[in-house]
Order: sequence, then C-alpha cells, then structure tokens
Amino acid sequence: MTRALILLRRRLIGSVFVLLIVVIGTFLLLEAAPGDAVDAYIVSTGGDAGMIELLRHRWGLDQSELTRLANYLWALLHLDLGQSVTFSRPIRDVILERLPNTLLLMVSATALSFGLGSALGIYAGARPGSVRDRVLSIGSLALYAVPGFWLGLVLIVVFAVDLRWLPIGGIETLASDKTGLDRAADIAIHLILPVAALGFIYLALYLRMMRAGMAEVWRQDFVLAARAKGLSRRRIVLAHVARNALLPLVTMLGLQSAQMLGGSVVIESVFSVPGLGRLAQEAVAARDTPLLLGIILVSAVLVVVINLLVDIAYAFLDPRVGAGEADA
Amino acid sequence: MSGFNISRRTMLAGSAMLLASTAMPDIGWAQTPKKGGRLVLAADSEPRNLNPAIVASNGVFFISSKIVETLAEASFDGKDGLAPRLALSWEGAADGLSVTFKLRDGVKWHDGKPFTSADVAFSALQIWKPLQNLGRTVFKDLASVDTPDDLTAVFKFAKPTPFQLIRNALPALSSVVPKHIYEVGKIEDNPANNAPIGTGPFKFGEYKAGQYYRLTKNTDYWGKDEPYLDEIIYQVLPDRTSAASALEAEEIQLAAFSAVPLADLDRISKVPGLKVISKGYEGLTYQLVVEINHRRKELADLKVRQAIAHAIDKEFVVKTVFLGYAATATGPVPKNDPQFYTADVPTYPFDVAKANALLDEAGYKKGPDGKRFTLKLLPAPYFNETKQFGGYLRQALAAIGIDAQLVNNDSAAHIKAVYTDHAFDLAVGPPVFRGDPAISTTILVQSGIPDGVPFSNQGGYKNDALDALIAKASETLDTSARTDLYKEFQKEVAADLPLINVAEWSFISVARDTVGNIANNPRWAVSNWADTYLAG
Repeated sequence: MTRALILLRRRLIGSVFVLLIVVIGTFLLLEAAPGDAVDAYIVSTGGDAGMIELLRHRWGLDQSELTRLANYLWALLHLDLGQSVTFSRPIRDVILERLPNTLLLMVSATALSFGLGSALGIYAGARPGSVRDRVLSIGSLALYAVPGFWLGLVLIVVFAVDLRWLPIGGIETLASDKTGLDRAADIAIHLILPVAALGFIYLALYLRMMRAGMAEVWRQDFVLAARAKGLSRRRIVLAHVARNALLPLVTMLGLQSAQMLGGSVVIESVFSVPGLGRLAQEAVAARDTPLLLGIILVSAVLVVVINLLVDIAYAFLDPRVGAGEADA
Repeated sequence: MSGFNISRRTMLAGSAMLLASTAMPDIGWAQTPKKGGRLVLAADSEPRNLNPAIVASNGVFFISSKIVETLAEASFDGKDGLAPRLALSWEGAADGLSVTFKLRDGVKWHDGKPFTSADVAFSALQIWKPLQNLGRTVFKDLASVDTPDDLTAVFKFAKPTPFQLIRNALPALSSVVPKHIYEVGKIEDNPANNAPIGTGPFKFGEYKAGQYYRLTKNTDYWGKDEPYLDEIIYQVLPDRTSAASALEAEEIQLAAFSAVPLADLDRISKVPGLKVISKGYEGLTYQLVVEINHRRKELADLKVRQAIAHAIDKEFVVKTVFLGYAATATGPVPKNDPQFYTADVPTYPFDVAKANALLDEAGYKKGPDGKRFTLKLLPAPYFNETKQFGGYLRQALAAIGIDAQLVNNDSAAHIKAVYTDHAFDLAVGPPVFRGDPAISTTILVQSGIPDGVPFSNQGGYKNDALDALIAKASETLDTSARTDLYKEFQKEVAADLPLINVAEWSFISVARDTVGNIANNPRWAVSNWADTYLAG
C-alpha cells in the first residue's frame, strides 16, 4: 500500500466523525434560533391559525426536535439529503445546481491569490527591503484590510457601471441560449469581477507568507552553498529559495479553502452569483434546516477533501513528510 | 425618446421642452406603443410557490399576475375602482347570499383548453376558500358555486356576505387556475404551482433558481393586439445595491417595489434616461404602525398610549425616514383609500410637553435618572424604513422619559417573538391595507385571535365596543351603512389607540424612459402588463 493510500484511509475514518459532529451541531444551533420555517414563510403571506397549523404539519415541523434529527440522520445514512421546504425540491438537486458555480469561483479565486500572491512574494522577497518589496507589501496589506463587499461594489461601479467593460453580476448572460465555447467564454467574462474581489483579498496573505518564507530560507546554509557554487541569483531564487519557501503556502492553501467558502457568501450576494454561499444565507433566513444542513455537509466534505489533497501533495513535495511521521 | 421623464437634462433642453414636459403628465404620455422586445427587471425574492390562487401576496403576484389572471383588476377610473379581466360583470343579490359573475367569452388556457365557469367554481371552492391565505377569511361562508352555463358563475353564501367586500377583494383574491390541471392529485403538490398555467398575456417560460424567471408572450391572448412585449425576464438581484447599479449599467430596464433604496432615488433621478415613478401602487398601501402589548400595565393605560402618540413627530418621520415618499396617518384606514377613509377622528399633534403631562397624570413620574419606565421595542426587519423608524421611536420616547430598548431580530425571529411569544412591549409593524378593512385591517385590533397569527392583534387588546362594531360591519350588506360603520371603526381606534398609526407609504419604481404604460393602474406592479411596451 502506498503512503498516500494509508493517509487517505486514516483521514477518511476521522472525517466521518467530523461530519457527524458538524451535522448535529448545526442542527442544534438552528433549532436554538427563534422562529421556524413557517414563521419565516408567513412573513410575506400572513395567514390564519388553521393555515399555519396546516403548514407546520405539511413541513413536518409539528414533530419533536429529536424525532426530526433522528429522521434526518436516518435519511442521511441512505445518502438522502431530504426535501427543501423553501424550494419544494430535493435538496440534492438544489445543491448540485449551485455547487459548480461556487467551485468555479473558489478555484479561480484561489488560483489568482495563490498564483499571483506567491509570484509577487518571490519578486518582493528576492530583494528584501527594496522599494519594490515595500510597495508590494504595503499595497497588498491595504487590499487585505478592505472588506470584500466594498471591494466588490467599487469594482462594479468602476468596471460595470462607469466603464461598462464587464457585466455587473450573474454567472452568465440571462436566458441567452448560448452553448459550448460561447457559453464558457460568457461565464469567464462574468467571473472576472467576483474572482478579482474574492482573490485580491487573500492575495496579500500568500504574498506576505512567501516573502517571509524567502527571507528565512535566504539565511540557510544550502543557499550559501549555492552561492558559493557560483549559481546565478535568478537560479538561486527560483530553484532553491522559492521552492523551499513554497511549502508553508501549500498548507495555507488547505486552511484557506474553508475561509474562501465563507467569503463567497458575501461575494455571491454582491455579484448575484447563484452559488452555495448565497443559498446558505437564504436557507438561514428561511429557517430551512435540512437545506442548510445539506449545504454545510457538502461544504465540510469539500474542505475535508481539499485538505486531504493538500496532505497528499505535501507528501510528494516534501520527501521528509511520510505516512509514518504523520503519526506523530 | 424624451418626453416623459422630467429629468434635469430635459429641464435644461430649452423653454419649449420645459413647457411641454411640465404640461404633460409624466405617465401615459401618448406614444405609439411598439410591439416586441424583452423587458428585464429586478426581482429581490424567489417565491417558493408561484400559484397566486393559493398564495395571495405581492411577491407572488409580481411574477404570476402576468400568467394567471383574476376576475377583475383595480382601476383608477373604472366603476367601484375595478376593471374587468376574466369577468365582464359582477352583481350582488340584495340578500347578500349570492354574487353573479358573467365571464369573458373566447378565453383559452395556455395549454389551449377553453376557460369556463367550471374553472372559476373549482378555484373558488377548492383553492380560495380552503387554501388561500386571504381567501380563507373572505370566502369562509362560500357554500357553493353554480354554473348554469359556461360563462356564468353564481357564488352562493351560507351567511349574508357584503357585496362590497367581495368586490374589493377581487383584484387580489380571485386568481383563476385551470380545473383540468388541478383536479388531478393534491393541489399543494401540483407541478403547476412552480410553473403556472393561466389565461394571462404571458406564459411561464423557465425558472433558473438564483438567476431569473422568463415569461414569454401568449400569442393566443384574449386582449386585442396584446401583449406588446415578447418576453419578460425577472433577474434575481439579492443585494440591496444591485438594482440601482443594474439600471445605470442598462442591464435592466425596471426596478419596481422600491428595489432601489429611497436614499439612492435622488441620485438616480438625475441619471439621464432613468425616471423615478411613485404612482401605480395606490392599491398596495403599507401602514407604519406601533404595535402595543396591552399586557404591560403601563401600556394598558390610555393616557400612556396617548402620550406616546403625542411624542411621535409624524411629519418628521415622513420627511426623514421616508424622504417624503409617504404620508402621515390619522387612523387604521389610509388617506388614499377612496371608499372608507375619514379624517374626522381624534388626532395627536406632536407635543412633547403634553405627552409628559399625560404621563405625569397617569402616575408615572420621572425618576432621578429622568426615566419613567423601560420598554422593549422590536422594529420589524422587513423594510429599511421600519428599522429606521424603530431608531427614531427610541429617541422620541427618550424625550418623554420612556427608556425603550431596541431588540433587533431577523424576520422569522421577529414574527415568533411578537405574534407567538408576545415577547415585546412595543413593536413596529408594516401591515398592508388591502382595499377593504375586513380583509386584513380589523384583525389588527379585534380580540379572540389565536396565538401565532401574524399581522393580527397579539397585544392582548380587548374592547367589546370595537369588537361589536367589527362584527356588525361584517354582516352589514348595505354599502353606505357598511362604509359608515368603518368610519365609526376608525374613530374608535384613533380614540382608544389599540395601536398607533404613524404613516402610510407605498413603493417606488425606477425605469428606463423607454418603458411605456407604467403605473396605469393602482396595482400596476402586480397587474398583467398586457399593455406594457418598450419604445425605441
């Protein structure tokens, strides 16, 4: 059995428990919030006592909390996420419809912040203390300090309202009937602003980590050895310093994925992207407990999988990390 | 393409233009309606059920009123404020036991089947009466619907029911759905609830959750040459600021239901090509009301309630909270209602000194810290304006020595706290006036309503005289006698203050000036838009 597989098996067993705790915790939290799905629903309709009783019965809200939790877990065992009361549709379908949009947004934003962040970090860290280092550090910190929704709104005002270069929101042109490459290009254009808004915030993090990592690696003996060998500065930076400084960033990538999911709630609302984050927000407002549980479950699985991939990547990137040592 | 918006640019365009633009009404300015085009507008919510016969609410009507039609629609100049839709005429019997509707001939459902009186009978008996949020009250005594022929429906009531009430209920409560679609299976689970089939000028096209609804032209519509538009797209824009940006970027052409916040209206009205319209919502008036929990000893005292009424500067509220887009209120019927409103009620002019004197009289002297007592104040979170008024009310009460502590909840939590748990002293609510006090207004002050019913008297208020008045009005058949009783009702409410009516407001539309025939009826945003068109 390979190292990766051992790691995988051990992680999977742990993950099941993590997910169970997440589900039960979320259920209890949502139960503790005042008002149920019927209360949320009648805000826009009103209704008499008979109608309200009828709704509670239809939506199964007249059962005790324990019964509902037990029913939910039992259905979950059969891989059934249940029915959404707000959408009157199977939750699996509702989530699957939105998941690709959120994944697209997250992956693109992560690629942007990780790629550009580490590249700029190398650029800045290659000459610590120089003007370019300072400008980049301050600039990225300023971006990091900006709230995501504000950055999003500014991008909309400048690029969509004033310049009209890009659409103000949505994932694709409405009811356009585009297919194939046309549609892909359309989606890409719609993603530019939200990806920028989400990605730029985390860019600073990677930039500063990369830069700090490089500063540390510079002082290592093997760099001295490389210089003594007479290697060019460019080669030292790229092949020796940057490569070693990259390792902590990979760890960060896994941790950051959960944060990115949180950040997408705001960005999806600002840019009207029909994704999981916005859906979660709507589910909370509507007290649609099974829908929110479904979203959290899927998000948790996503984070677990990403971290698993990071661990595996780590095992390959850094020969010192073996399955055996992971026990420690 | 100028002509109807009185924007800054038009004003500067020369004196002739200035004359023309001020002399012409900004609505209904005669332009030749043009055929075709796609109207894209903002939608801020996605209703779970699009069947207006089951869910009579503005959020549902906004989309489905174009697909499913009612027997009659509200009108600025029609008799009794109505214009015919699926019914051509309606006649109430003198004994209040029946109402006869003559139906429109040659109307077809979107699936091609003919529309008949059987559909009306089915909708009324199987849906409005047992399932509809408002119909369950108004049609509770409906016993049967006779259909002597395909174009006549006779509603039979078990108890005398005022014709005036039925008439006033038509625009909102009488959506007719096809019997042949709904008689199979459970009505609540019918797929047509999510993809409605009606007789309206537009057919349901598709719905992409979180993105848009698409309605397409019904080429077989009964209205001659109607509809003008080929398509209507409702773009889902969840963020409060999106609609204004989308209008400016010309991605949408219309934002109704105040999707553009009041604070942005001044700026947006100066954008060339956009117009701000406050007409077309006269039939959808919201009331800003202070709900009172009469279980609190202090609030059970009329003097204290009067003091609170005197402490509120209604003019100031209209000017600052609503930026002028509202009117001050005198009682439980809004000023813009043509049938029932009376100004002849006790009023409470803004007078802090008098309010303080009333509280002293009531025996609640100021303590050493300047406070008389503490209250829990829950502003409803559904509108910006209800939240802002909550902040204002706290200050206004502080001025008379009442320490109000704000409790902010989200919608579900607010509904539970106020209407089920009664965990409030004062609440700020936005009840809707629906054209007749018996539909959703008397319930705000009537006693004996079970716990948990939203937008009803959950403040423990009980006034036998008022209850008797409400009961009498509900069985009074003569229109003018009934109207007088509701004038009496307004006086009694204003005198005894079971709740305090502060202001009345409605919504604002912002549109490109290419959108024609906007706001040409009192429920325009929730009407069928058969005559709406896009010029240029």
